[in-house]
Amino acid sequence: MFRLAKQLCGIGALGLNRRNADYTLKYNQRRLYPLVDDKLRTKQLAEEAGMAVPELYGVVEAAHQIRHWSDLLKGRSDFVVKPSRGSGGEGILVISGRLKDMYRVTNGELASQSELDYHVLNILSGIYSLGGLSDRALVEYRVQCDPVFDSVTYHGVPDIRIVVFLGVPVMAMVRLPTRMSRGKANLHQGAVGAGIDMAKGTTLTGVWKNNIVTEHPDTGMRLTHLKVPKWEHLLQLASRCYELTGLGYQGVDLVLDRDRGPLILELNARPGLNIQIANHAGLLPRLEVVEQLRERLHSAEDRVAFSQQRFSAVNQ
Amino acid sequence: MNKFQLYLLTLGLTIAGLTLFGYKAFLLKFPLTPETHSRVWNVEARVTFVGRNDPIKVSLHVPDNSRWFAIVDENFISRGYGLATIKTRHYGNRKAVWSKRKATGRQSLFYRCVVRRSRLAEPPAPPSPPEAEYPIFEGAYLAAAESVIAQIREQSADMDSLVAELMNRLNKSQPDENLTLLLGKEPSLLKKVEIASGILAHGGVPARVVQGIRLEEQNRNAPLIPWLEVYDGKLWRSYDPVSGQGDIPDNYMPWWRGPSPMGHIRGGDKLQTELAIGANQEAAINAALERAGLANPLLMTFSLFSLPIRTQAVYRVLLLVPVGAFLLAVFRNVIGVKTFGTFMPILIALAFRETELLWGIALFSSLVGLGLAIRFQLERLKLLLVPRLASVLIVVVLLMAGLSVLTHKLGLERGLSVALFPMVILTMTIERMSIVWEEQGSKEGLQQALGSLLVAACAYLIITVSYVEHLVFVFPELLLLLLAGTLLLGRYTGYRLLELSRFRALIKKNP
Repeated sequence: MFRLAKQLCGIGALGLNRRNADYTLKYNQRRLYPLVDDKLRTKQLAEEAGMAVPELYGVVEAAHQIRHWSDLLKGRSDFVVKPSRGSGGEGILVISGRLKDMYRVTNGELASQSELDYHVLNILSGIYSLGGLSDRALVEYRVQCDPVFDSVTYHGVPDIRIVVFLGVPVMAMVRLPTRMSRGKANLHQGAVGAGIDMAKGTTLTGVWKNNIVTEHPDTGMRLTHLKVPKWEHLLQLASRCYELTGLGYQGVDLVLDRDRGPLILELNARPGLNIQIANHAGLLPRLEVVEQLRERLHSAEDRVAFSQQRFSAVNQ
Repeated sequence: MNKFQLYLLTLGLTIAGLTLFGYKAFLLKFPLTPETHSRVWNVEARVTFVGRNDPIKVSLHVPDNSRWFAIVDENFISRGYGLATIKTRHYGNRKAVWSKRKATGRQSLFYRCVVRRSRLAEPPAPPSPPEAEYPIFEGAYLAAAESVIAQIREQSADMDSLVAELMNRLNKSQPDENLTLLLGKEPSLLKKVEIASGILAHGGVPARVVQGIRLEEQNRNAPLIPWLEVYDGKLWRSYDPVSGQGDIPDNYMPWWRGPSPMGHIRGGDKLQTELAIGANQEAAINAALERAGLANPLLMTFSLFSLPIRTQAVYRVLLLVPVGAFLLAVFRNVIGVKTFGTFMPILIALAFRETELLWGIALFSSLVGLGLAIRFQLERLKLLLVPRLASVLIVVVLLMAGLSVLTHKLGLERGLSVALFPMVILTMTIERMSIVWEEQGSKEGLQQALGSLLVAACAYLIITVSYVEHLVFVFPELLLLLLAGTLLLGRYTGYRLLELSRFRALIKKNP
């Protein structure tokens, strides 16, 4: 057992205690948490800073606005309804089209206007929010997935998670939905995570339920050596989130839209540790390098260049 | 810098805790282990009632020196009341009588005494066989009593067998018609003893009811226990009312004699009496102080022993919570066991103290299981959050009541203690579990539930060790050490035990 601990130490695996004590507690001020816990605030912040996010069509804040919200939907047949404070992808309803009076939900079912209203009421009551706080419902643009991950995705939208420490992207992975995760890109629920080489933006092997895999469990297609398009642009966006929120240690979730390119989906102040397994690498050495050399890095360009130069999988 | 401060703080706490502990344990020789057999007890009777703004008079039976027990010290706490202690005409009981010109609202009076076991006192030679006051039977009752005494005379050789035979008949679930007539419907033990003394008295054997208490380590709500005393020509001898045998446990202390209630009130309502008993550790500690030739009033004045017994009993439990909390921190941050809610396992462990481990686990699991099943049905109704939580709470209370009734009918008295589970905690556990179940799968849900139970069981096993309870109560400064340990845990940044297996994949195929 001690040998195992020593080996993990040797490759610099970051444990939960250490992440909390030395990184999130130290670098993330509590007053900044609301900026990322509420997706609407994150989105507004990002828009003000001129960073790309899925376009917001409207917000429902209180039950009496339900009557107006059908006006909001008029003429739209392609949109997403999600809770502003939701966690783990819960409560997200994706509408991909209309059939007469009915809405076509991406899982293949049809929903009537009243069913949609009911879903929004549930969101407002805080059913999906952590701690059961009353919530707001967002209606926004439905992301059109870039075809690069089509072969290794089972329903749903794959997203790219980049851990950013003091503005430097230190590790990244792409999260691919599976049948088990029911279209959600959440590793806890059974999605596959595949590490990404920071320098080139190509995928490494994946992790599925704490095991290392090289093929997608549902489609059977190869996970490795896929080139993520616009990789540098993605890194830039992630890096700039540091100035956006001020959180020193955060996870940035991005999506690649076919037409609009990289978009920021949400930010996370306590990103998980599985990204290390997906990358076959510990976070600690990278975090320590950044901590030592932080004085030298000023602009986002500097930080991205630093990251690409230092954290390539080839160097390891 | 931060770390330095932390270490300084832990060092300070450790030194302070150890110094105080060492001083008390080795210089003053406070007992390090709980006394196995107590000889001194604190007993407290609390009388509460509601005044009517009239002249009021409250009387309470108080214990007297007996063959086995001596009242070493006693005091009455009754602000603004006149107090007199009298001896009653019948039975020669001691009674405290409090009176006041006017009393309104809820009133509380206290009687406290220190009881010491003493076998030295010679039995006070009773004068001529006392006239016992017994229920005077008339008409049909008299005939019944006489027929019973005639029957048991027939079937017994001496007084022991006479009493045994009588109690045996009284305790039958279907006593014969004569006894049924005398006892009435669903007689209490007290009623049985009362009838027994009456029947014996009719047969010319002086007998009387005794009501007393059992001297225990700790009981915040001690019941009154009735037994029978029979005069054998020289002495009053005690008989156990259930077995009818001539031996009662040696920790039964008589409080008063006769069937009258413990307290009596004139000019007020809702009279209630409650008894609390606690083994007196202070005596051993006082003795220790005296032995050392030291008087340290400050230390004793500001110690937990200066509190009323009832409060002391509360602190005996409360001081165990930090021990559980420390354990929980170890389980979560060093081992990495996941639990529902941070402190839920400790509260469950405290509830286990009353139910005992296996029963506790069985009751807890069945409650959560049933609650979960119903919660999943509610899930289909898509209820809003607060009404949903409220309905789960209602269901939990109903389930608790149902389980109590069911286990009682099955004759499993332990099942009654289900009422001691903290129901709000149970509700939140069910709610959290169902959410984890839905969002992260049944495996994760069960894992966390088992983790919570595991931690609760371990905490229970540790806090029920009588050493632990004794140490934290007599030496509360040890909690400073615990605090120091917990602070250090707060900066433990190593791996959690269970993380090792989670990250194993990182090493195995690390290319």
